[in-house]
Amino acid sequence: MENLLTRHRNVTILVAVLFAEVIGLAVQVKRNTDTESSRLIRVWTVSAVSPLEKAFVATQQGISGIWHSYFDLRGVRAQNRKLEGEIEQLRLQQVRLAEDASQARRLQRLLGFKEQFIAKTVAAQVIGSSGSDMSRVVYIDKGASDGIKQDMAVITADGVVGKVLRVFSSSSQVLLINDPSSGVGAILEKSRLQGVIKGTPNGELVLEKMMSDEQVETGDQLLTSGGDQIFPKGLSIGTVKSVSPGRDIFLNIRVKPAARLSRLEEVLIITQVVERQPTAEEAQASMRAADILAARLPSVPENTGIPATGIPLPAGVKPQPAKAAGEKAAGGSAGKGSTLKPNSRTAGAADTELANSSSPKMKASTSASAPAGSKPASASTNLSGVAAAKSTKPKKAMDSAAGQIPSNPAGKQAGESEKEASGPAENLTPAPKSAVPATRKASPQPNPAAPNGPSAETPQP
Amino acid sequence: MNVSYTSREQIEVYRFSVPAAIGIPLLALFLQAFLPLRLHFFDIFDLPLLVTIFLAVARRNPVTGLLTGSIIGLLQDSLTHQPIGIYGIAKTVVGYGASSLGVKLDVENSGSRFLLVFGFYMVHDIIYLVVARGMVGQNLAWRWGHMAMAAFANAVLAIFLFMILDKFKQRT
Repeated sequence: MENLLTRHRNVTILVAVLFAEVIGLAVQVKRNTDTESSRLIRVWTVSAVSPLEKAFVATQQGISGIWHSYFDLRGVRAQNRKLEGEIEQLRLQQVRLAEDASQARRLQRLLGFKEQFIAKTVAAQVIGSSGSDMSRVVYIDKGASDGIKQDMAVITADGVVGKVLRVFSSSSQVLLINDPSSGVGAILEKSRLQGVIKGTPNGELVLEKMMSDEQVETGDQLLTSGGDQIFPKGLSIGTVKSVSPGRDIFLNIRVKPAARLSRLEEVLIITQVVERQPTAEEAQASMRAADILAARLPSVPENTGIPATGIPLPAGVKPQPAKAAGEKAAGGSAGKGSTLKPNSRTAGAADTELANSSSPKMKASTSASAPAGSKPASASTNLSGVAAAKSTKPKKAMDSAAGQIPSNPAGKQAGESEKEASGPAENLTPAPKSAVPATRKASPQPNPAAPNGPSAETPQP
Repeated sequence: MNVSYTSREQIEVYRFSVPAAIGIPLLALFLQAFLPLRLHFFDIFDLPLLVTIFLAVARRNPVTGLLTGSIIGLLQDSLTHQPIGIYGIAKTVVGYGASSLGVKLDVENSGSRFLLVFGFYMVHDIIYLVVARGMVGQNLAWRWGHMAMAAFANAVLAIFLFMILDKFKQRT
């Protein structure tokens, strides 16, 4: 026997090493490694590779920063002007979204919904990958010392990226949603059908568990359903790329991810999610969009001689500033009920649709009353129209929704209630667009509205 | 009787300095983890496998070859989220096979290196898939076209990479 082993020493060692590796592998598989703490060799390897990766990323950023900050400044002035214009437009849009959100909160409170708010996030840099197309994971430069924990959701501004799989002291391993072992609870934005997003070995996304008799169309938006207890509800996952009959009774649905999973650089880790009902103060909408608009746009001409309705004032009548007009109109009508006629809301953009938000969070929170496919109103708004008509519509919509609520059973599922609540809101018509004076400047004041969106409390990367 | 199809020079056994023996595999692992983030086509390459083949062939010692493959494979496993050992098993076999073949075949010219890497890449992927499907229960599909294309790309890269790594070889 000894002679045999000596003669076949190399093969014997090969078999012994392979046997040891197989045993080690079998032990890990039996223990279900996803839930146990990291192995020592994994910690060592990551600890050895991560500093190098961090150093390379930092060097690369430093060089590119020097280049972009000092050398490549062509066209910056023009770009700055363009961005200022965009900021102006976005602030106007933000006011409208804040109004939509507050209205949705009122409706949610009436329906007894609980909502998940992204309370805190941590920005992180992607520093490495597994280097294998069999394992779609990336490494980020934030770890346990930064408050990162296992199973935290990882997102970008575009959409969902994945979840934290393993946490090391100063880095973490993130499992991307296009890995075959990943799974995300999803809901189709339009039809509210729920399924599971899974990765494929090719790195694609597929929507599973969707029955073949369901209506799913190419281009449908997919949001997180919140059912996986990892991703808050309403984050964008992607769009339906193709739909075809699959095996058995399910559809074969391919999804194009919203986040650019193969080109990740910076990500956000959701470290805290708060689940609560909208408070009474939020539901009563203490800050009106007209007030916010007036506060944010101080350059609205005060002595134009044109009243809020756009009709020239008669002689001897002193024109009012936009804020005062807004307060008067809002206070007078919202506090005592709708005194303005329905057609008085003609020019308002901030007070029009219930769900035209562009952010996923807003989409989720306002979807209860959103007419599907409604077109977002232009951010360019006739301010006088907003001031005059501000308070009538939310009140009206809430009253309309409240009128439907008694018919809802108390224990009804959220989706069912959403469908029922959307009934009266569907009758609301989008507002016509109008132009904003081009000379208006954006105000640097902070935004008191939108208290719970990711942008409100989230440190930006 | 051992049959060798190499010239006297070609069965020369090489060794590597300690920094090179440690640094080359670690650099390969680092580049494999880092470059695909910037160069998205790079995940088709398997630098740790190429380094395993090169070190095994140059040393021409099956035991050293299989141990080198085993260590590199286990380190590569630890960068993934999968159980540690899948790459380890595959690269152990490749390291053993490459070093055993290096004794008998001329593996110093570009043509033989191309064929060697092409063949061992296929072997490596087949072992990986067998272990991943059979032992770990992963739902991996056989993608023969992709595998052949990746083997070709790795073989081409290996020709140039091995020329660079030849500079680290030291005659015993």
